[in-house]
Amino acid sequence: MSFGHKHLIDITEYSDSDIMTILETAKAFSAVNERAIKKVPTLKGKTIVNMFNEPSTRTRSSFELAEKRLSADSLNFGGSATSTVKGESLIDTVQTLNSYKIDMVVVRDKHAGAPYIVTQHTPAAVIDAGDGKHGHPTQALLDLYTIWEHKGRFEGLKVGIVGDISHSRVCGSLIPALKIMGAEATVVAPGTLIPAEPQVLGCDRVSYSLDDVLPELDVVYMLRIQRERLEGAPFPSLREYHMLYGLTEARERLMKPDAIVCHPGPINRGVEFDSYMADHPERSVILDQVYAGICVRMAALYLLLGGADNGLAS
Amino acid sequence: MATTPKAIIMDEVAISRAMTRIAHEILERNEGCDNLALVGIVTRGDLLAKELADRIEEIEGVRVPLGRLDISFYRDDYGVSIAPKIHETHVPFDVDGKRIVLVDDVLYTGRTIRAALDALMDLGRPSRIELAVLVDRGHRELPICPDFVGKNVPSSHEENVRLYLKDVDGRSSVEITDVSEGDRAGSAPLGGDER
Amino acid sequence: MALLLKGAHVVDPALGLDGVADVLVEGERIAQVGESLEAPEGAEVIDLAGKYLVPGLVDMHVHLREPGFEHKATIASETRAAAKGGMTGVCSMPNTNPVTDNGTVVEYVRSVAEREGHCRVFPSGAMTKGLKGEIISEMGDMVAHGAVAFTDDGRGIQGAGMLRRCMDYGKMFGKVFMSHCQDEDLVGEGQINEGPVSTKRGLLGWPAEGEEIQIARDIAVARLTGAKLHIQHISTARGLEMVREAKAEGLPVTCEATPHHLFLTDECIDETFNTNFKVNPPLRTAEDAAALRAGVTDGTVDAIVTDHAPHADWEKSREFELAPFGMTGIECSLALIITNLVKPGVIDYGRMVDLMSVNPRRILGLEPVRIEAGSLADITVFDPEVTWTIGADGYESKARNCGFDGVSVTGRATDVFVGGRVTLRNGQVC
Repeated sequence: MSFGHKHLIDITEYSDSDIMTILETAKAFSAVNERAIKKVPTLKGKTIVNMFNEPSTRTRSSFELAEKRLSADSLNFGGSATSTVKGESLIDTVQTLNSYKIDMVVVRDKHAGAPYIVTQHTPAAVIDAGDGKHGHPTQALLDLYTIWEHKGRFEGLKVGIVGDISHSRVCGSLIPALKIMGAEATVVAPGTLIPAEPQVLGCDRVSYSLDDVLPELDVVYMLRIQRERLEGAPFPSLREYHMLYGLTEARERLMKPDAIVCHPGPINRGVEFDSYMADHPERSVILDQVYAGICVRMAALYLLLGGADNGLAS
Repeated sequence: MATTPKAIIMDEVAISRAMTRIAHEILERNEGCDNLALVGIVTRGDLLAKELADRIEEIEGVRVPLGRLDISFYRDDYGVSIAPKIHETHVPFDVDGKRIVLVDDVLYTGRTIRAALDALMDLGRPSRIELAVLVDRGHRELPICPDFVGKNVPSSHEENVRLYLKDVDGRSSVEITDVSEGDRAGSAPLGGDER
Repeated sequence: MALLLKGAHVVDPALGLDGVADVLVEGERIAQVGESLEAPEGAEVIDLAGKYLVPGLVDMHVHLREPGFEHKATIASETRAAAKGGMTGVCSMPNTNPVTDNGTVVEYVRSVAEREGHCRVFPSGAMTKGLKGEIISEMGDMVAHGAVAFTDDGRGIQGAGMLRRCMDYGKMFGKVFMSHCQDEDLVGEGQINEGPVSTKRGLLGWPAEGEEIQIARDIAVARLTGAKLHIQHISTARGLEMVREAKAEGLPVTCEATPHHLFLTDECIDETFNTNFKVNPPLRTAEDAAALRAGVTDGTVDAIVTDHAPHADWEKSREFELAPFGMTGIECSLALIITNLVKPGVIDYGRMVDLMSVNPRRILGLEPVRIEAGSLADITVFDPEVTWTIGADGYESKARNCGFDGVSVTGRATDVFVGGRVTLRNGQVC
């Protein structure tokens, strides 16, 4: 048998049981990552291209490590000297990669929909490693894994997502994924950072006030504020943003005793959190998320490339 | 739909007798249970390994370390099929320098054991590895030979030889069935019959 | 040479014609219309039984791309497409390179069209130099060389004061000012209609209000200056309502709608990110499309246009945010109107002729065409029953970026005459 999905792009094409399979497989890979020899031979002979058409150190490193720990041959293609920068179209770049006889392309692109274009021009499997403001499914899965590890369930869990909802590729996958798993998402942000009709993503509630919703949240998911791009535009100052939406020691008293705090990284101390909350030994699971990233990506690679009837040309 | 077995080649009593004998043989071969550990291959080898550990404890009064191995990541047929579920690999002891008895239910082509050997070696460097199986049905495709065998069962490629255990399947027996179209030779899913 | 067009069902709402008649064309004009006309000596007789014959269609919003963007399309290729779609004339947009903002470029477009064209080309000229919204273009020079209207199509003039100067200056030439309404500060990098779909696709929203603000403003400035205003490719229900009110007030305001805004919605933009649905203004909601269709019925919408916007395949086969705006449509607009409005009984053929022939000519100040003796013989003949699939046999256009590609439609132009000259015969461009 095989997993039944060729690509990982649109999380809404995955059922709750598909997602649980990924999380359980990730759990098995977690055991591998805890060993002295953190490597299995499963993807020996498979070639995976990490096509990163915009800078990304963390996601790329996480994929690269996951690929290496599965014994795949991985190739990093992109960075500042990408062919697309030289004027080559995405389609021509993909066709070039096909000549390398590849099995999978991991696509990061600053434009929404780029991974879908890649699927139309390669026989290889495609994973969306973040496309524009559209989606970032492996981020959503690693978030789910982290929440599952800490909470042991999804049904009825209240998750608050705080910050730049409108420019967030994370939200495009995480909010639908939470919905699929039966959790309730609330988005919290000033009106300037909330997209039109965010309910269509699957969130149950929209709030402008962190203080209002904080007492009922099981998971507080802080989104990164791109300070260089945002200060002075959607809000007057980082100072005021921190005042209204920063998770601080003073705000902790509003939180449930067992509420946890997530962030996709990299964090801005003094903006999304103060150091007390960012480093909180019981609540902050930010580094667990980074670790989960390796396990979940290993699981996704393993599941998508395995079996004979997975839609991939042999 | 329950698969009707062609033959039941071991019943509960026969299995129990074989397990007791294998426990004695392991102790005899290893001159006791010093430095001994058992590692069973999921999904039924791990249950047999626990049985053996129980027998050894009865005989020697010593509980030997027990581990469990899922070999999914080491299979040579990953490109053909992947397991519907990956079970936890749990080897809660340092394998370095141990005398490990690898335990599986039915030995057939030897490919599972090859994968298990690789999986085990990635956990460390045992001083030696031996192989115990309840049933050896022949047809080896690799140079692998068991050290302890419950029963040798001649079989054909068109047949499945499967172990069922009371704790997970509701009955304990080794059964031969015909391989149906699209079926794979190998362990039955936990819970008894397929489908 | 004379042509006798026999047995077609003639529809001309201006004359109240709606029945079978023969049409005799001599030279570039219609010589006689009547029942069972005798063919004069040497006349070619064309049997049009079962077909409809109407005053030649004019698409008053077309991008021909020449000069400057011949890799996308040329005057020759797109006028072929126009003929294939049943058009006898098109109004070309000025966003060429160089921009059509002076008499020289107007003259160039007209002369190439004269030499290589397959329909009449009525050039529009830019309202401001270089379409920059800063300096009034040489409207007088352009009119002298044959420009029929002024527009900064592709972007709106951002400053109300600038718009007022253009109108106050240019109104002496009596031409219509055609507005592309888009408030750049509000729309920004908007890609598709702002709403649930833009949120789901992670694309920046292009809110309806970004268009409506400028519709409101342009109507106000038209009131202030007395200039004739034509709202281009109107796409929102509220925008249309403003035009309706302006008309009721008696202002010289008209508007046009495209088949894609009438029959497609932003829901077309799914996870495949088909860039053929990336148009400006963007595809709106089902409610907006329904309001536009109501406007077509009640007369608020004056003209059906395509905003035919050819692009090279490699320009459209890109990431959605990098692909240019625009779809082609001139080869299928007649079929789409017949299929979606006439056949279901929303409008009749008479109203269709108003929308696609009579009104565009009136708005552009062109000589009217009627199916009567003495009129210019610009004639469109179509088969109302033939069913075909858009794009199945390719396109005459150099481009293929049609958002209706693969759609099955009924009705297709078979014969087109421009000044008595055949440009389409049995569906083949001549």
